[in-house]
Amino acid sequence: MSHTSQPVFDPNEVVVFSDSMMQQMNEVVKKFPQDKEKSALIRILHIAQAEYGWVSVPVMNKIAEFLKIQAIEVYEVATFYTMFHLQPVGKHVLEVCRTGPCMLVGSDQLIEHIEKKLNIKVGETTSDGMFTLKTAECLGGCGYGPLLQCRNKYHEHLSIEKVDALIEQYRNGEIQ
Amino acid sequence: MKNRRLLLEHVDVPGIDGIDVYVKHGGYASLEKALKKMSPDEVVEEVKKSGLRGRGGAGFPTGMKWSFLAKPEGIPRYLVCNADESEPGTFKDRYLMEKIPHLLIEGMILSSFALGANQSFIYIRGEFMYVLNILEKAIAEAYAKGYLGKNIMGSGYDLDLVVTPGGGAYICGEETALLESLEGKRGNPRIKPPFPAVKGLWGCPTVVNNVESIAAVVPIVRDGGDAYAAIGIGRSTGTKLISACGNLARPGVYEIELGLSVEEFIYGDDYCRGIANGKQLKACVPGGSSVPILPHFLVTKTASGEDRLMTYESLAEGGFASGSMLGSGGFIVFDEDQCIVRNTWNFARFYAHESCGQCSPCREGTGWMEKVLSRIEHGQGHMHDIDLLADINKKIEGNTICPLGDAAAWPVAAAIHHFRDEFEWHIKNPSEAQTRNYGLIQQPVVA
Repeated sequence: MSHTSQPVFDPNEVVVFSDSMMQQMNEVVKKFPQDKEKSALIRILHIAQAEYGWVSVPVMNKIAEFLKIQAIEVYEVATFYTMFHLQPVGKHVLEVCRTGPCMLVGSDQLIEHIEKKLNIKVGETTSDGMFTLKTAECLGGCGYGPLLQCRNKYHEHLSIEKVDALIEQYRNGEIQ
Repeated sequence: MKNRRLLLEHVDVPGIDGIDVYVKHGGYASLEKALKKMSPDEVVEEVKKSGLRGRGGAGFPTGMKWSFLAKPEGIPRYLVCNADESEPGTFKDRYLMEKIPHLLIEGMILSSFALGANQSFIYIRGEFMYVLNILEKAIAEAYAKGYLGKNIMGSGYDLDLVVTPGGGAYICGEETALLESLEGKRGNPRIKPPFPAVKGLWGCPTVVNNVESIAAVVPIVRDGGDAYAAIGIGRSTGTKLISACGNLARPGVYEIELGLSVEEFIYGDDYCRGIANGKQLKACVPGGSSVPILPHFLVTKTASGEDRLMTYESLAEGGFASGSMLGSGGFIVFDEDQCIVRNTWNFARFYAHESCGQCSPCREGTGWMEKVLSRIEHGQGHMHDIDLLADINKKIEGNTICPLGDAAAWPVAAAIHHFRDEFEWHIKNPSEAQTRNYGLIQQPVVA
């Protein structure tokens, strides 16, 4: 059920949204009728996460200010939807689908392999801050499993060899 | 007879995701026909005649759903497309949107025109952000060509179309949870009534339809509702996208005419080409993870020995005792090496993870089922756990605001019903169950 991790709060963090973020956020808000700007909230959380890698409490407060809603309205949404990282994560977050159809074609073995390769457990980040490993429930690629998602990219038809190569590509900066 | 394709006919044409190629292959002709020659009510009438049933899983007639929409004066009405495809085993809408986005957009404009909506939304699951980018590009093309915006094709009809993402929550596929999410809130389903047709998005009358249902309006308007209804069998009309996965030689998205035999779909050369690696079929979940699992001897034949067909009725033949459901078309196939206990536990874990937490029977019950199944799978089960699962099941089913509770209960009930021996074997042989699989079950001999 939604998140089990607690949001992180650093009271000294000062958040200033970049111009490009402000522009994206303004564009999203314009899509909805007047007084219904709150509908832009989930998209704005995605924009913030793309910018910072995760969503901190001061970032949520700033979003509340921008949308002219209460901070709690942002917290309750950010903690409900599992795509939002409420704690710092590695540069690349690998989210491996673990649901039935992927399990039938080897996702359990894939997850175990990545854990060993990166020397971390699911939910942890490598000591160099490069990778966080997570599992996801059905990513909607059941015919092309096993698969993982990293930001906006789906990597499908994975095997142990392919995932090894993929991790190296991320490590070397060949994939952003 | 060669299988007709109404939605994916041009899917392999290079550049079909762009508006010029789409138009060259007959795209936006249905829209022109509707705007220039038909009234909104006539479009609704064709959809009613077509017999189209909701392609998201429930199979409720789309035309009837449309006719429930309240139309009070001076209050806006909305059409919302449910593109929150998250039912395990289902990946057909993603395929359609990614490959041929203008089909959905044309369907949205047609449907919005029929319903009298001037602003419509596509709510897409957040994980499909790259698909959202494809749709936004296609929408921008449609605006530039005058298919969206003010006075579309000189008809005086105005429409704005917006795509908006979710944030990773299966529950938002339930239509009232989707509306909550679209309003920028947690995806907690609403108590019904009032139904969305009366009080939906921002309290206004709203229709929520699945991607495939909306796309199907395009060929229905083009060919007429009667032509669409001529395809299929009985109340299962038209074509259906089936996303086939699991241990199949050729998994993927197929558009079938309803009425195709399950045998042909699994083993036919035009479709899945049998079980992967030459193995045997053990079981099948034909309509997404929420529908009952069928053991191998009930997949291609019904209990009465008739051929099982890909229709709403035939897949449900036998009820929960020996049938299942067409559901979303998420067709999951298990080979002889798969463990039913492990898979049932996996699905239970999914529902426990995805329960929104609003209703106690679902919030607590899905978690209990996950724990009990986990201990059976991991060699710590007791024989009374099987009855305990059945008991939890009964206490969830029908006692929750939305159908997620039922969706969580059914797969467990069906797995125990058909594979009780395998569950008992797991419990009696905990260490052996860690090292080998139970294998196929035998068809009961009817005296």
